[in-house]
Amino acid sequence: MALSSTTTDTTQIITVHSDRIDAAMAIQFKEDMRTEAEGGAARVVLDLTGVEFIDSSGLGAIVASMKQLGRDRRLDLAGLNPFVEKVFRLTRMDTVFNLYPTLDDALASTTE
Amino acid sequence: MSNGNSLDLSFTATETEASAGIAQLSKGLEVQGLPAHQAGDVKIALAEAINNVVEHAYAGITPAKVKVHCRLHQNWLDILISDTGNPLPGFRVPDGVPASLGSSIDELPEGGFGWFLIHELTSDIRYERSDGCNLLSLRFDFPNGGD
Repeated sequence: MALSSTTTDTTQIITVHSDRIDAAMAIQFKEDMRTEAEGGAARVVLDLTGVEFIDSSGLGAIVASMKQLGRDRRLDLAGLNPFVEKVFRLTRMDTVFNLYPTLDDALASTTE
Repeated sequence: MSNGNSLDLSFTATETEASAGIAQLSKGLEVQGLPAHQAGDVKIALAEAINNVVEHAYAGITPAKVKVHCRLHQNWLDILISDTGNPLPGFRVPDGVPASLGSSIDELPEGGFGWFLIHELTSDIRYERSDGCNLLSLRFDFPNGGD
């Protein structure tokens, strides 16, 4: 599971370099997110622009990634294609995460 | 497509092979003319159903094959998934109750969405246990035709 990250003053951007987050890679994704996010900024934006497919295991791994950030940090999601967005909407996880259509939208938003 | 196009794939029930199999089936269905506005729903339900076989039917036993047969008609798609793993609990299709989101981040579910998604996205689900095989059939109706 390839992740890369860049950090500005207040935001860490973690980019997913895989076209799917599914059951076969969910555990690895969660572990890589723990490593990548360690010691980063309070706000983490996960850039999903390159992700074309996600299943409920992948969704669970993103939820787990948010939990492991702890109470003082937050995980926002950016660049969801309509398919990925639908999985979040059906499971009502769109009410839990801040979802942004593009990474630029996420970075332009300074709410909370 | 009046007589239906069919697509068959069989693979070992491991997470890695299932991942490749699901991707291959999704692509194959699109090539055969699965309407683009239906493709997303089919991909999600298909993936959840196959993941269930890998994670539950073959839990604790040596994974054997998962066989998938798809038949695409003008106005509907049938997908038959068969395996020789353990039967579904109670020999019936599990309810599609969505996992509760809980009241805090710590309580958020990290799983339990599979059957809910399958119920939401299919038109009909049938399950049969026969000769040591699980046969799960999923039907997707295309209200606007297969244009």
